[in-house]
Amino acid sequence: MSELLTLTQLKQILREVAGADEGVNLDADILDTSFQELGYDSLALLEAGSRIEREYAVSLDDSTITDVTTPRALLDVVNAALTRA
Amino acid sequence: MTAAVVVTGLGVAAPNGLGTRAYWAATRAGKSGIARITRFTPDQYPARLAGEVPGFVAEEQLPSRLLPQTDRMTQLALVAADWALDDAGIRPQDLSAFDMGVITASFSGGFEFGQGELANLWGKGSQYVSAYQSFAWFYAVNSGQISIRNGMKGPSGVVVADQAGGLDAVAQARRQIRKGTNLIVSGAVDATICPWGWVALQSSNRLSTCEEPALAYRPFDEGARGHVPGEGGAILILESASAARARGARVYGEIAGYGATFDPRPGSGGEPALRAAIELALVDAGVAAAEVDVVFADAAGEPELDRAEADALAAVFGPRAVPVTAPKTMTGRLYSGAAPLDLAAAFLAMEEGLIPPTVNVDPVAEYQLDLVVSAPRPAELRTALVVARGHGGFNSAMVVRSDRAE
Repeated sequence: MSELLTLTQLKQILREVAGADEGVNLDADILDTSFQELGYDSLALLEAGSRIEREYAVSLDDSTITDVTTPRALLDVVNAALTRA
Repeated sequence: MTAAVVVTGLGVAAPNGLGTRAYWAATRAGKSGIARITRFTPDQYPARLAGEVPGFVAEEQLPSRLLPQTDRMTQLALVAADWALDDAGIRPQDLSAFDMGVITASFSGGFEFGQGELANLWGKGSQYVSAYQSFAWFYAVNSGQISIRNGMKGPSGVVVADQAGGLDAVAQARRQIRKGTNLIVSGAVDATICPWGWVALQSSNRLSTCEEPALAYRPFDEGARGHVPGEGGAILILESASAARARGARVYGEIAGYGATFDPRPGSGGEPALRAAIELALVDAGVAAAEVDVVFADAAGEPELDRAEADALAAVFGPRAVPVTAPKTMTGRLYSGAAPLDLAAAFLAMEEGLIPPTVNVDPVAEYQLDLVVSAPRPAELRTALVVARGHGGFNSAMVVRSDRAE
Protein backbone atom coordinates (compact mmCIF):
# COMPACT_ATOMS: atom_id res chain seq x y z
CA MET A 1 0.00 0.00 0.00
CA SER A 2 1.19 3.52 -0.85
CA GLU A 3 1.75 6.30 1.65
CA LEU A 4 -1.45 8.33 2.26
CA LEU A 5 -1.93 11.98 1.32
CA THR A 6 -1.92 14.39 4.26
CA LEU A 7 -3.37 17.90 4.50
CA THR A 8 0.15 19.32 4.79
CA GLN A 9 1.18 17.64 1.56
CA LEU A 10 -2.01 18.74 -0.20
CA LYS A 11 -1.42 22.36 0.80
CA GLN A 12 2.15 22.13 -0.47
CA ILE A 13 0.91 20.76 -3.80
CA LEU A 14 -1.75 23.47 -4.14
CA ARG A 15 0.83 26.18 -3.45
CA GLU A 16 3.18 24.75 -6.06
CA VAL A 17 0.73 24.12 -8.89
CA ALA A 18 -1.73 26.98 -8.41
CA GLY A 19 -0.25 29.46 -5.95
CA ALA A 20 -2.18 30.87 -3.01
CA ASP A 21 -4.85 33.53 -3.10
CA GLU A 22 -4.05 36.84 -1.42
CA GLY A 23 -5.96 37.11 1.81
CA VAL A 24 -6.28 33.34 2.29
CA ASN A 25 -4.35 31.69 5.12
CA LEU A 26 -3.71 28.11 4.08
CA ASP A 27 -2.09 27.45 7.45
CA ALA A 28 -5.38 28.00 9.27
CA ASP A 29 -7.72 25.07 9.86
CA ILE A 30 -8.97 24.63 6.31
CA LEU A 31 -10.00 20.97 6.24
CA ASP A 32 -13.66 21.90 5.83
CA THR A 33 -13.24 25.25 4.08
CA SER A 34 -14.54 25.12 0.53
CA PHE A 35 -12.06 25.29 -2.30
CA GLN A 36 -14.08 28.20 -3.64
CA GLU A 37 -13.44 30.16 -0.44
CA LEU A 38 -9.79 29.20 -0.66
CA GLY A 39 -9.63 30.69 -4.17
CA TYR A 40 -9.15 27.43 -6.08
CA ASP A 41 -11.24 26.83 -9.20
CA SER A 42 -11.70 23.61 -11.14
CA LEU A 43 -8.51 24.11 -13.15
CA ALA A 44 -6.49 24.52 -9.98
CA LEU A 45 -7.99 21.26 -8.70
CA LEU A 46 -7.23 19.51 -12.00
CA GLU A 47 -3.64 20.67 -11.68
CA ALA A 48 -3.48 19.41 -8.10
CA GLY A 49 -5.11 16.10 -9.10
CA SER A 50 -2.61 15.63 -11.89
CA ARG A 51 0.29 16.20 -9.50
CA ILE A 52 -1.21 13.81 -6.92
CA GLU A 53 -1.61 11.11 -9.58
CA ARG A 54 2.04 11.41 -10.54
CA GLU A 55 3.51 11.62 -7.04
CA TYR A 56 1.31 8.97 -5.47
CA ALA A 57 1.01 6.65 -8.48
CA VAL A 58 -2.75 6.65 -8.27
CA SER A 59 -5.40 7.10 -10.94
CA LEU A 60 -8.21 9.59 -10.37
CA ASP A 61 -11.07 10.58 -12.65
CA ASP A 62 -11.18 14.28 -13.56
CA SER A 63 -14.73 14.44 -12.20
CA THR A 64 -13.62 12.85 -8.91
CA ILE A 65 -11.23 15.75 -8.45
CA THR A 66 -13.52 18.57 -9.47
CA ASP A 67 -16.65 17.25 -7.73
CA VAL A 68 -15.15 17.49 -4.26
CA THR A 69 -15.65 20.81 -2.55
CA THR A 70 -13.31 20.73 0.46
CA PRO A 71 -9.78 19.55 1.30
CA ARG A 72 -11.24 16.88 3.61
CA ALA A 73 -13.34 15.45 0.77
CA LEU A 74 -10.36 15.51 -1.60
CA LEU A 75 -8.14 13.72 0.92
CA ASP A 76 -10.89 11.13 1.44
CA VAL A 77 -11.26 10.25 -2.25
CA VAL A 78 -7.50 10.18 -2.85
CA ASN A 79 -6.77 8.07 0.21
CA ALA A 80 -9.64 5.72 -0.58
CA ALA A 81 -8.09 5.15 -3.99
CA LEU A 82 -4.66 4.68 -2.42
CA THR A 83 -6.03 2.16 0.06
CA ARG A 84 -7.61 0.17 -2.77
CA ALA A 85 -4.33 0.18 -4.70
CA MET B 1 -21.25 64.29 -33.85
CA THR B 2 -19.83 61.12 -32.34
CA ALA B 3 -18.58 61.21 -28.78
CA ALA B 4 -14.88 61.91 -28.26
CA VAL B 5 -12.75 59.12 -26.78
CA VAL B 6 -9.71 60.07 -24.76
CA VAL B 7 -6.70 58.36 -23.20
CA THR B 8 -6.35 58.89 -19.46
CA GLY B 9 -3.78 56.29 -18.44
CA LEU B 10 -0.61 54.66 -19.78
CA GLY B 11 1.25 51.53 -18.70
CA VAL B 12 4.48 50.75 -20.53
CA ALA B 13 6.76 47.72 -20.64
CA ALA B 14 9.44 48.38 -23.25
CA PRO B 15 12.91 47.01 -23.98
CA ASN B 16 14.47 50.40 -23.26
CA GLY B 17 12.48 51.06 -20.12
CA LEU B 18 10.08 49.30 -17.75
CA GLY B 19 7.40 51.77 -16.74
CA THR B 20 6.24 54.89 -18.55
CA ARG B 21 8.78 57.25 -17.00
CA ALA B 22 11.76 54.93 -17.58
CA TYR B 23 10.64 54.34 -21.17
CA TRP B 24 10.23 58.02 -21.95
CA ALA B 25 13.50 59.01 -20.25
CA ALA B 26 15.33 56.48 -22.44
CA THR B 27 13.37 57.23 -25.61
CA ARG B 28 13.76 61.00 -25.55
CA ALA B 29 17.48 60.47 -25.00
CA GLY B 30 17.86 57.98 -27.85
CA LYS B 31 18.78 55.08 -25.56
CA SER B 32 18.32 51.68 -27.19
CA GLY B 33 17.30 48.43 -25.53
CA ILE B 34 18.49 46.20 -28.37
CA ALA B 35 21.21 43.71 -27.42
CA ARG B 36 22.21 40.08 -27.71
CA ILE B 37 19.49 37.73 -26.45
CA THR B 38 19.91 36.73 -22.80
CA ARG B 39 16.68 34.81 -22.19
CA PHE B 40 18.08 31.76 -24.02
CA THR B 41 21.32 30.92 -25.81
CA PRO B 42 20.83 32.20 -29.36
CA ASP B 43 24.06 30.79 -30.86
CA GLN B 44 22.34 28.24 -33.10
CA TYR B 45 19.89 30.74 -34.65
CA PRO B 46 20.60 33.07 -37.56
CA ALA B 47 19.23 36.11 -35.66
CA ARG B 48 20.71 36.74 -32.21
CA LEU B 49 19.63 40.25 -31.19
CA ALA B 50 16.40 41.28 -29.53
CA GLY B 51 14.82 43.99 -27.43
CA GLU B 52 14.20 42.36 -24.04
CA VAL B 53 12.22 44.10 -21.30
CA PRO B 54 14.71 44.68 -18.48
CA GLY B 55 14.22 44.04 -14.79
CA PHE B 56 10.74 42.54 -14.76
CA VAL B 57 10.19 40.19 -11.81
CA ALA B 58 6.66 38.85 -11.99
CA GLU B 59 6.80 37.43 -8.44
CA GLU B 60 7.21 40.96 -7.09
CA GLN B 61 4.28 42.36 -9.06
CA LEU B 62 1.59 39.68 -9.17
CA PRO B 63 -0.12 37.30 -6.71
CA SER B 64 1.22 33.75 -6.65
CA ARG B 65 -2.19 32.47 -7.76
CA LEU B 66 -1.61 34.01 -11.21
CA LEU B 67 1.98 32.92 -11.78
CA PRO B 68 1.50 29.21 -12.64
CA GLN B 69 -1.21 30.07 -15.17
CA THR B 70 0.37 32.94 -17.11
CA ASP B 71 2.89 33.39 -19.89
CA ARG B 72 5.43 36.21 -19.64
CA MET B 73 3.41 38.30 -22.10
CA THR B 74 0.38 38.06 -19.82
CA GLN B 75 2.38 38.87 -16.71
CA LEU B 76 3.77 41.97 -18.43
CA ALA B 77 0.29 42.91 -19.68
CA LEU B 78 -1.32 42.50 -16.24
CA VAL B 79 1.29 44.71 -14.61
CA ALA B 80 1.12 47.29 -17.41
CA ALA B 81 -2.66 47.34 -16.96
CA ASP B 82 -2.24 47.88 -13.19
CA TRP B 83 0.08 50.80 -13.91
CA ALA B 84 -2.23 52.26 -16.56
CA LEU B 85 -5.25 52.13 -14.25
CA ASP B 86 -3.24 53.68 -11.46
CA ASP B 87 -1.98 56.37 -13.85
CA ALA B 88 -5.59 57.11 -14.80
CA GLY B 89 -6.64 57.28 -11.17
CA ILE B 90 -9.13 54.46 -11.71
CA ARG B 91 -10.03 52.01 -8.95
CA PRO B 92 -11.98 49.33 -10.86
CA GLN B 93 -13.71 48.09 -7.71
CA ASP B 94 -15.39 51.50 -7.41
CA LEU B 95 -16.98 51.29 -10.87
CA SER B 96 -19.77 49.22 -12.36
CA ALA B 97 -18.34 45.96 -13.74
CA PHE B 98 -20.38 46.20 -16.94
CA ASP B 99 -19.15 49.73 -17.62
CA MET B 100 -15.56 48.54 -18.13
CA GLY B 101 -14.20 46.32 -20.90
CA VAL B 102 -10.87 45.02 -22.18
CA ILE B 103 -9.87 44.92 -25.86
CA THR B 104 -6.24 44.09 -26.61
CA ALA B 105 -4.30 42.94 -29.65
CA SER B 106 -2.16 39.84 -29.86
CA PHE B 107 0.36 38.51 -32.34
CA SER B 108 1.30 35.02 -31.31
CA GLY B 109 -0.07 34.15 -27.90
CA GLY B 110 1.91 32.69 -25.01
CA PHE B 111 4.76 30.93 -26.74
CA GLU B 112 7.08 30.50 -23.78
CA PHE B 113 4.38 28.86 -21.67
CA GLY B 114 3.42 26.67 -24.62
CA GLN B 115 7.01 25.66 -25.19
CA GLY B 116 7.27 24.46 -21.60
CA GLU B 117 4.12 22.38 -21.91
CA LEU B 118 5.18 20.92 -25.27
CA ALA B 119 8.44 19.95 -23.62
CA ASN B 120 6.44 18.29 -20.84
CA LEU B 121 4.23 16.48 -23.35
CA TRP B 122 7.02 15.04 -25.46
CA GLY B 123 9.65 14.75 -22.74
CA LYS B 124 7.61 13.32 -19.87
CA GLY B 125 4.10 12.46 -21.01
CA SER B 126 0.63 13.94 -21.29
CA GLN B 127 -0.05 13.69 -17.55
CA TYR B 128 2.68 16.32 -17.03
CA VAL B 129 0.99 18.95 -19.21
CA SER B 130 -0.48 21.85 -17.23
CA ALA B 131 -4.26 22.27 -17.38
CA TYR B 132 -3.50 26.00 -17.65
CA GLN B 133 -2.06 25.45 -21.13
CA SER B 134 -5.72 25.35 -22.23
CA PHE B 135 -5.78 29.15 -22.10
CA ALA B 136 -2.29 30.41 -21.21
CA TRP B 137 -1.15 30.26 -24.86
CA PHE B 138 -4.32 31.80 -26.26
CA TYR B 139 -4.47 35.08 -28.20
CA ALA B 140 -7.30 36.40 -26.05
CA VAL B 141 -5.68 35.52 -22.74
CA ASN B 142 -4.34 39.00 -21.96
CA SER B 143 -7.80 40.50 -22.37
CA GLY B 144 -9.28 37.69 -20.28
CA GLN B 145 -6.79 37.90 -17.43
CA ILE B 146 -6.94 41.71 -17.27
CA SER B 147 -10.74 41.59 -17.17
CA ILE B 148 -10.80 38.89 -14.45
CA ARG B 149 -8.15 40.60 -12.29
CA ASN B 150 -9.98 43.92 -12.45
CA GLY B 151 -13.56 42.69 -12.44
CA MET B 152 -14.37 44.14 -15.86
CA LYS B 153 -17.43 42.56 -17.49
CA GLY B 154 -18.16 45.00 -20.32
CA PRO B 155 -17.31 44.43 -24.01
CA SER B 156 -14.08 42.50 -24.39
CA GLY B 157 -12.12 40.89 -27.17
CA VAL B 158 -8.84 40.53 -29.02
CA VAL B 159 -7.62 41.56 -32.47
CA VAL B 160 -4.92 39.57 -34.28
CA ALA B 161 -3.35 41.44 -37.21
CA ASP B 162 0.39 41.51 -36.49
CA GLN B 163 1.56 45.09 -35.85
CA ALA B 164 -1.54 46.69 -37.37
CA GLY B 165 -3.63 44.90 -34.74
CA GLY B 166 -2.24 47.21 -32.07
CA LEU B 167 -4.14 50.10 -33.64
CA ASP B 168 -7.15 47.99 -34.65
CA ALA B 169 -7.71 47.04 -31.00
CA VAL B 170 -7.66 50.67 -29.88
CA ALA B 171 -10.10 51.50 -32.69
CA GLN B 172 -12.41 48.71 -31.53
CA ALA B 173 -12.16 50.05 -27.98
CA ARG B 174 -13.20 53.46 -29.29
CA ARG B 175 -16.21 51.88 -31.04
CA GLN B 176 -17.34 50.21 -27.84
CA ILE B 177 -17.02 53.44 -25.88
CA ARG B 178 -19.09 55.23 -28.52
CA LYS B 179 -21.70 52.51 -28.09
CA GLY B 180 -21.95 53.35 -24.43
CA THR B 181 -19.25 51.67 -22.34
CA ASN B 182 -17.45 54.32 -20.28
CA LEU B 183 -14.02 52.72 -20.01
CA ILE B 184 -12.01 50.21 -22.06
CA VAL B 185 -8.55 48.92 -21.23
CA SER B 186 -6.77 48.59 -24.57
CA GLY B 187 -3.35 48.31 -26.20
CA ALA B 188 -1.20 45.19 -26.39
CA VAL B 189 1.79 43.40 -24.98
CA ASP B 190 3.64 40.62 -26.81
CA ALA B 191 6.60 38.52 -25.70
CA THR B 192 7.96 35.76 -27.88
CA ILE B 193 11.64 35.70 -27.00
CA CYS B 194 11.99 31.98 -26.31
CA PRO B 195 13.34 29.26 -28.64
CA TRP B 196 9.92 28.20 -29.95
CA GLY B 197 8.80 31.78 -30.52
CA TRP B 198 12.14 32.59 -32.07
CA VAL B 199 11.91 29.75 -34.60
CA ALA B 200 8.42 30.92 -35.56
CA LEU B 201 9.67 34.47 -36.10
CA GLN B 202 12.44 33.26 -38.44
CA SER B 203 9.78 32.10 -40.89
CA SER B 204 8.99 35.70 -41.85
CA ASN B 205 12.44 36.01 -43.44
CA ARG B 206 12.42 39.58 -42.16
CA LEU B 207 14.72 39.22 -39.17
CA SER B 208 18.06 40.97 -39.20
CA THR B 209 20.97 38.58 -38.83
CA CYS B 210 23.37 41.41 -38.06
CA GLU B 211 25.10 40.95 -34.69
CA GLU B 212 25.91 44.61 -34.08
CA PRO B 213 23.05 46.27 -32.13
CA ALA B 214 23.68 49.69 -33.70
CA LEU B 215 23.54 48.30 -37.24
CA ALA B 216 20.90 45.58 -37.06
CA TYR B 217 17.63 47.54 -37.44
CA ARG B 218 17.93 50.60 -39.65
CA PRO B 219 14.62 51.39 -41.35
CA PHE B 220 14.80 53.92 -44.20
CA ASP B 221 18.60 53.53 -44.29
CA GLU B 222 20.59 52.20 -47.21
CA GLY B 223 21.74 49.50 -44.80
CA ALA B 224 18.21 48.32 -44.00
CA ARG B 225 18.37 44.54 -43.70
CA GLY B 226 15.35 43.43 -41.73
CA HIS B 227 14.28 44.08 -38.18
CA VAL B 228 15.13 43.09 -34.65
CA PRO B 229 12.21 41.62 -32.67
CA GLY B 230 11.38 43.04 -29.29
CA GLU B 231 8.96 42.24 -26.46
CA GLY B 232 6.59 44.40 -24.47
CA GLY B 233 4.15 47.10 -25.50
CA ALA B 234 1.74 49.44 -23.80
CA ILE B 235 -1.67 49.33 -22.16
CA LEU B 236 -3.90 52.40 -22.52
CA ILE B 237 -6.97 53.44 -20.57
CA LEU B 238 -9.61 54.79 -22.94
CA GLU B 239 -12.65 56.65 -21.67
CA SER B 240 -15.43 58.68 -23.12
CA ALA B 241 -14.38 62.31 -22.93
CA SER B 242 -17.50 63.13 -20.96
CA ALA B 243 -16.83 60.42 -18.34
CA ALA B 244 -13.22 61.53 -18.03
CA ARG B 245 -14.29 65.15 -17.66
CA ALA B 246 -16.96 64.27 -15.13
CA ARG B 247 -14.44 62.69 -12.81
CA GLY B 248 -11.83 65.40 -13.40
CA ALA B 249 -9.34 63.02 -14.96
CA ARG B 250 -6.01 64.10 -16.39
CA VAL B 251 -6.28 63.56 -20.18
CA TYR B 252 -3.32 62.71 -22.43
CA GLY B 253 -5.30 63.34 -25.57
CA GLU B 254 -7.92 62.07 -27.95
CA ILE B 255 -8.10 59.07 -30.27
CA ALA B 256 -9.23 61.33 -33.09
CA GLY B 257 -9.15 59.22 -36.24
CA TYR B 258 -8.56 55.74 -37.56
CA GLY B 259 -8.30 54.03 -40.92
CA ALA B 260 -7.53 50.46 -41.93
CA THR B 261 -6.99 48.90 -45.35
CA PHE B 262 -5.72 45.69 -46.87
CA ASP B 263 -3.08 45.52 -49.60
CA PRO B 264 -3.90 44.18 -53.06
CA ARG B 265 -2.85 40.63 -53.86
CA PRO B 266 0.95 40.40 -54.34
CA GLY B 267 1.82 40.50 -58.02
CA SER B 268 -1.46 42.14 -58.98
CA GLY B 269 0.32 45.42 -59.62
CA GLY B 270 -2.05 47.39 -57.41
CA GLU B 271 -0.80 50.28 -55.29
CA PRO B 272 -0.09 49.39 -51.63
CA ALA B 273 -3.08 50.49 -49.56
CA LEU B 274 -1.13 52.23 -46.80
CA ARG B 275 -1.73 55.67 -48.27
CA ALA B 276 -5.48 55.03 -48.25
CA ALA B 277 -5.35 53.96 -44.59
CA ILE B 278 -3.62 57.22 -43.65
CA GLU B 279 -6.09 59.30 -45.66
CA LEU B 280 -9.03 57.49 -44.08
CA ALA B 281 -7.62 58.22 -40.63
CA LEU B 282 -7.20 61.92 -41.44
CA VAL B 283 -10.74 62.17 -42.80
CA ASP B 284 -12.09 60.32 -39.77
CA ALA B 285 -10.28 62.79 -37.50
CA GLY B 286 -11.40 65.79 -39.55
CA VAL B 287 -7.75 66.80 -39.80
CA ALA B 288 -5.96 68.17 -42.87
CA ALA B 289 -2.58 66.68 -43.72
CA ALA B 290 -0.93 70.02 -42.97
CA GLU B 291 -2.23 69.89 -39.41
CA VAL B 292 -0.29 66.74 -38.55
CA ASP B 293 2.78 67.70 -36.53
CA VAL B 294 4.60 64.38 -36.40
CA VAL B 295 4.37 60.85 -37.83
CA PHE B 296 5.38 57.72 -35.91
CA ALA B 297 6.34 55.43 -38.77
CA ASP B 298 5.84 51.70 -39.10
CA ALA B 299 9.51 51.49 -40.14
CA ALA B 300 9.66 47.90 -41.37
CA GLY B 301 13.39 47.90 -42.06
CA GLU B 302 12.87 46.11 -45.41
CA PRO B 303 13.90 48.26 -48.41
CA GLU B 304 10.73 47.55 -50.38
CA LEU B 305 8.44 48.22 -47.41
CA ASP B 306 10.39 51.29 -46.33
CA ARG B 307 10.00 52.69 -49.82
CA ALA B 308 6.27 51.98 -49.81
CA GLU B 309 5.85 53.79 -46.51
CA ALA B 310 7.99 56.74 -47.61
CA ASP B 311 5.99 56.96 -50.85
CA ALA B 312 2.71 56.93 -48.93
CA LEU B 313 3.89 59.68 -46.56
CA ALA B 314 5.20 61.81 -49.43
CA ALA B 315 1.93 61.35 -51.32
CA VAL B 316 -0.22 62.39 -48.36
CA PHE B 317 1.94 65.12 -46.82
CA GLY B 318 4.28 66.19 -49.61
CA PRO B 319 8.04 65.59 -49.72
CA ARG B 320 9.79 66.33 -46.40
CA ALA B 321 6.68 68.16 -45.26
CA VAL B 322 6.16 66.50 -41.88
CA PRO B 323 8.63 65.30 -39.23
CA VAL B 324 8.77 61.50 -39.14
CA THR B 325 10.25 59.36 -36.38
CA ALA B 326 10.64 55.71 -35.44
CA PRO B 327 11.48 55.29 -31.77
CA LYS B 328 11.02 51.57 -32.32
CA THR B 329 14.62 51.65 -33.60
CA MET B 330 15.38 51.62 -29.84
CA THR B 331 13.11 48.71 -28.94
CA GLY B 332 12.93 46.50 -32.00
CA ARG B 333 9.56 45.63 -33.50
CA LEU B 334 7.13 44.55 -30.80
CA TYR B 335 4.47 43.07 -33.10
CA SER B 336 1.06 43.79 -31.54
CA GLY B 337 2.74 45.82 -28.79
CA ALA B 338 4.45 48.20 -31.21
CA ALA B 339 1.65 50.56 -32.17
CA PRO B 340 0.22 50.96 -28.64
CA LEU B 341 3.77 51.83 -27.54
CA ASP B 342 3.96 54.37 -30.38
CA LEU B 343 0.63 55.82 -29.23
CA ALA B 344 2.09 56.19 -25.74
CA ALA B 345 5.19 57.81 -27.21
CA ALA B 346 3.01 60.18 -29.24
CA PHE B 347 1.10 61.32 -26.13
CA LEU B 348 4.32 61.74 -24.15
CA ALA B 349 5.91 63.63 -27.05
CA MET B 350 2.92 65.98 -27.27
CA GLU B 351 3.01 66.48 -23.50
CA GLU B 352 6.66 67.49 -23.52
CA GLY B 353 6.78 69.15 -26.94
CA LEU B 354 9.62 66.92 -28.05
CA ILE B 355 9.90 64.46 -30.94
CA PRO B 356 11.93 61.42 -29.86
CA PRO B 357 14.68 60.45 -32.29
CA THR B 358 15.13 57.57 -34.71
CA VAL B 359 18.50 56.05 -33.82
CA ASN B 360 21.20 54.53 -36.02
CA VAL B 361 19.56 55.68 -39.26
CA ASP B 362 20.82 57.85 -42.09
CA PRO B 363 17.77 58.02 -44.35
CA VAL B 364 17.98 57.36 -48.07
CA ALA B 365 17.70 60.80 -49.71
CA GLU B 366 15.22 59.78 -52.38
CA TYR B 367 12.70 58.69 -49.73
CA GLN B 368 12.21 62.44 -49.15
CA LEU B 369 11.56 61.99 -45.45
CA ASP B 370 12.14 64.60 -42.78
CA LEU B 371 13.28 61.86 -40.42
CA VAL B 372 14.16 63.02 -36.91
CA VAL B 373 17.53 61.36 -36.42
CA SER B 374 20.27 61.39 -33.80
CA ALA B 375 18.77 63.95 -31.42
CA PRO B 376 15.24 64.71 -30.17
CA ARG B 377 13.61 67.72 -31.80
CA PRO B 378 11.64 70.29 -29.79
CA ALA B 379 8.35 71.14 -31.48
CA GLU B 380 4.87 72.23 -30.58
CA LEU B 381 2.87 69.06 -31.11
CA ARG B 382 -0.90 68.95 -31.12
CA THR B 383 -1.66 66.23 -33.67
CA ALA B 384 0.25 63.00 -34.33
CA LEU B 385 -0.18 60.12 -36.75
CA VAL B 386 0.79 56.54 -35.89
CA VAL B 387 1.26 54.06 -38.74
CA ALA B 388 1.31 50.28 -38.31
CA ARG B 389 1.52 47.51 -40.88
CA GLY B 390 1.06 43.80 -40.37
CA HIS B 391 2.64 40.92 -42.25
CA GLY B 392 0.33 39.79 -45.04
CA GLY B 393 -1.12 43.14 -46.06
CA PHE B 394 -2.62 44.83 -43.00
CA ASN B 395 -2.39 48.65 -42.92
CA SER B 396 -3.68 50.77 -40.06
CA ALA B 397 -3.28 54.42 -39.19
CA MET B 398 -4.43 56.42 -36.19
CA VAL B 399 -4.57 60.15 -35.56
CA VAL B 400 -4.24 61.35 -31.98
CA ARG B 401 -4.68 64.88 -30.70
CA SER B 402 -3.30 66.53 -27.64
CA ASP B 403 -5.86 67.63 -25.09
CA ARG B 404 -4.49 71.15 -25.36
CA ALA B 405 -5.80 71.36 -28.90
CA GLU B 406 -9.31 71.86 -27.55
